[in-house]
Amino acid sequence: MAISTAAPRRRIRESAGDRLFMFAIYAILSLVLIAVLYPLIYIVSSSISSPSAVTSGKVWLWPVDVSFRGFETIFKTPQIMTGYGNSLFYMSAGTVISVTLTIMLAYPLSRKTFFGRSAILMLVTFTMLFSGGLIPTYLVVKEMGLIDSRWALLIPNAIWVWQVIIARSFFQSTIPEELVEASEIDGCSDWRFLWSVVLPLSKPIVAVLVLMYAVGQWNAYFDALIYLKSDKLYPLQLVLRSIIIQNNSAGVMDPSIQVQRAEMAELLKYSLIVVATLPVLIIYPFVQRYFVQGMLVGSVKG
Amino acid sequence: MERRGFRERALKSFKAHWQLYLLVLPPLLFFLIFKYYPMANAVLAFKDFNVIKGIWGSPWVGLKHFNAFFENPIFWTLLQNTLLLSLFLLLAGFPIPILLALMLNEVRSARFKKFVQLVTFAPYFISTVVMVSIIMLFLAPRLGFANVALQYFGFDPINFLGEPGMFRTIYVTSDIWQTAGYAAVIYLAALAGIDPTLYEAAKVDGASRLQKIIHVDLPGILPTITIILILNVGNVMSLGFEKIYLLQNSLNLPSSEVIATYVYSIGLLNANYSFATAVGLFNSVINLVLLVTVNTLAKRLSNTSIW
Repeated sequence: MAISTAAPRRRIRESAGDRLFMFAIYAILSLVLIAVLYPLIYIVSSSISSPSAVTSGKVWLWPVDVSFRGFETIFKTPQIMTGYGNSLFYMSAGTVISVTLTIMLAYPLSRKTFFGRSAILMLVTFTMLFSGGLIPTYLVVKEMGLIDSRWALLIPNAIWVWQVIIARSFFQSTIPEELVEASEIDGCSDWRFLWSVVLPLSKPIVAVLVLMYAVGQWNAYFDALIYLKSDKLYPLQLVLRSIIIQNNSAGVMDPSIQVQRAEMAELLKYSLIVVATLPVLIIYPFVQRYFVQGMLVGSVKG
Repeated sequence: MERRGFRERALKSFKAHWQLYLLVLPPLLFFLIFKYYPMANAVLAFKDFNVIKGIWGSPWVGLKHFNAFFENPIFWTLLQNTLLLSLFLLLAGFPIPILLALMLNEVRSARFKKFVQLVTFAPYFISTVVMVSIIMLFLAPRLGFANVALQYFGFDPINFLGEPGMFRTIYVTSDIWQTAGYAAVIYLAALAGIDPTLYEAAKVDGASRLQKIIHVDLPGILPTITIILILNVGNVMSLGFEKIYLLQNSLNLPSSEVIATYVYSIGLLNANYSFATAVGLFNSVINLVLLVTVNTLAKRLSNTSIW
């Protein structure tokens, strides 16, 4: 067995060159770790430091004069809270719609007896290679009367072709044709088979689809930018853009704290980044494997 | 295939699996309405859009908008900016995930390997808006971390985002920071799939670690590298609009205006629909041609292709 022979062999002393090589690899990877972690830690530390410590550049790594003023302001600002609520809605509604439509398309495409599946598959994948472009798509959405409505963020980009491809190859590799045939002999309909046999067997892929669509919806801003006009429909990302990137903190500030307004505006940016990203980053370590799985299922058969 | 057999098979399939066809209907409608209908609407590029008459009633103008675009001096700036940014992204962004995966593959401590993967993958989940916010906070002219550090060491502060010459570096560096860990996953999986006997043979031959990487690892993941390269080259013209748009300001515009952002500002902000559609169509067509060319080349040279 490979395992029993590999163990003693590994004990053969490595040459000096190899050890130096390994040292270099560990050193480089440690630098990579620092380069990725440092900005993240810096932002979290700044977000819980005092406003004056942030603006005077006293924060280097750890928080200085710990305070939660930034977060307090965020939770008292209606504009941000509305954005948060909207984003939660877009994320949950969008994910349900997208996952349902993706499975409705991917499952029949995985069945060998489904006549015309290669034609449909081509029709679907071609949209990855070519598109009508921004303006023609915008005009279609406008024609459908979706401009400035919540539906504009849920429907026009509901199905990602990539997700259809990975779901289809998952179904193809996990649902054996014999199972389908057996169910047909027992008089089980296609819907019932999908609902009570395929879906229970496909929990991993459903998890992948749910997570990818959910994160995608939470992070998206472009559709909201072009299709929405009223502030009350804005998702969190657009609110962030207005406050951090366009520097519009006027509406956010409580007039009573005008004195420290500039300092507070700076601090608020860090706190906002944390508030907007934390939900995703907290669940991420637990769901990372699903994302990896999703990428790999898709790469098996593209 | 014989015609009657074809028809019979279709009918039989419809009868037996009408439920499946019903399932496919809504998603198909989605693709027809939101993907194919816009493709048909792209004829707008050859017309002068008239709000009252609509797209199909508007008068034909042939290649007027394309000519106007090619004759406009901004055409060369846009093309250059789009291509240069993509090229930098490809040159710097493509090899780094491969190197990262090769290095991670050498690490024997499973814990360290897992931790590095976990951390480097994480920035992928940061939204574009937050990513750009982070860049702006770090590079802010006065209070930004980079300038505070510069001043600390006695240098003059730099308005990084206001320098057209810095734009591409900022874009590419932050992109690598955000996606290298994610992109490395595919290569790591490919590395895990290499036949272990090859390593045994290399060891027996007395190969050093570096030699093993060059002669076993790299050839082993070459098909994966080729496919990812095709996909990346194919996307050269469909440069992500979202991040560039957010990073743009009036100062860095000379190097940050690319075709996608131009289409947005001309089309949606100035409501010049026909002209913007023509510019967008030009972009889509070049992109398609590029993808097909690269794929054909790869098929000829190495028998690897995406279709």
